[in-house]
Amino acid sequence: MIRIAWLVAKKDLRIEARSRVLLWQVVPFGAMALLLTGLALGPAHAGNSSAGPGLFYLVMLFVALLMINRSQVLESTPGTRASIATLGLDPAGVFLGKTLALCVELWVTGLVLLAGTVLVLHTALHGAFLALPSVLVTLGALAAAGTLYGAMTAGGEGAATLLPVLCLPAFAPLLIAGERAFSAALTHGGLWEWWVIVVVALVAYVGVGILLYGVLEES
Amino acid sequence: MMKELSQRLLGPVTFALLALTIWLGLWVTPPDKVQGNLVRLLYVHPAVAWVALYVSFGTATIASCLYLWKRTRSWDMDRIAHCAMEVSVVFIILTLITGSIWGRPTWGVWWAWDARLTSTAILGVLALGYLALRRANDDPTLRAKRSAVFAIVSAINVPIIHFSVQWWKTLHQGATVFTSNRQLLVHGSMAWTLLISFVGFTLLFFWLLRARYRLEVERDAAYRAAFDEAVSLRQREGVL
Repeated sequence: MIRIAWLVAKKDLRIEARSRVLLWQVVPFGAMALLLTGLALGPAHAGNSSAGPGLFYLVMLFVALLMINRSQVLESTPGTRASIATLGLDPAGVFLGKTLALCVELWVTGLVLLAGTVLVLHTALHGAFLALPSVLVTLGALAAAGTLYGAMTAGGEGAATLLPVLCLPAFAPLLIAGERAFSAALTHGGLWEWWVIVVVALVAYVGVGILLYGVLEES
Repeated sequence: MMKELSQRLLGPVTFALLALTIWLGLWVTPPDKVQGNLVRLLYVHPAVAWVALYVSFGTATIASCLYLWKRTRSWDMDRIAHCAMEVSVVFIILTLITGSIWGRPTWGVWWAWDARLTSTAILGVLALGYLALRRANDDPTLRAKRSAVFAIVSAINVPIIHFSVQWWKTLHQGATVFTSNRQLLVHGSMAWTLLISFVGFTLLFFWLLRARYRLEVERDAAYRAAFDEAVSLRQREGVL
């Protein structure tokens, strides 16, 4: 399973590295969205705003939707799913591999946007460093959930519009927990309970994905 | 014989119990010491929420699990999950509306950023997402499997809603009918009205589920008949 996961992750990341979609489309979109949040707050409130962590996660959510869609599009080229089925790859390994690749992509974008939050929304650098572990785990949970929801909508009628309808409510608890953990890091508050929610969500989505991804693939 | 009798009695018993709830709730029970006449809405809201969160969403989740388990896999399970989720959407909307009507005079607002309210609204969107997911797939097997997985994953939200009033200090009150030691907090005619309301709305769910299920069976039969007719027409034309 681990070997297949590694192969699938390498395949997805290699495609991203060659196509440069992440670099030239997704990251600029995230940066632009972050700038727009600053404009929406207005010059008087954009700097030193307590809304920084929430806005960071909101932009990450939109970026994640783009990347989940992209991750599923990679499999939707003619014959790809049939080839995977014919090869008899362990679906749990495929799920883990796609999750890992998506997670790495979200981490890269997250680091750029975190720097952008410090720069544009004047979020404290020290607090951003403290929040980094919780950001990485939250984005990992987003990747696991996103891979699962992406497989549910793949190939369906209006998949691109259906994905946000399914994902956004499911991502809400992660958004809340991630934002609270980030805010707690900025204010030196208690991080523990928010960490628990994020870690439980990560374990739950990875567990459900390992168990049920095969059902989605066989269909 | 018994099955047929219970099916025939389900509708009349349900509406009798709901009528009894209305009569007891509006005319027999006294006003509350603190809430006054506003308490009468609480003979409806908790029972509707019970059906929305636990009975209907629970039925949809269990039917989805049974569909995914190969030993119990059948189209009936898929149909039950689908119909229960549709009824769940109606009850979740009713829960939010009745809660909002109660919240306006009590909290001063129609909507508060309360953990239970927000998580219930999220469950409503998830239930709508389930219905959207079903409409997005034409292949019945694909549709059934994907929606079953989605229902199971969405059910994670139900315990979050249940424990939200304990995990977060919010406006919505905690346990009202029983204490944590299972001691009854509501007495007399108020307790009986609440009990009848819970039974009545639970039976209403099963009555609606049965009606919706029958409709779904008939729709599937009509679809199959139309398909068979189209195939035989093509065969007569010599295409197939």
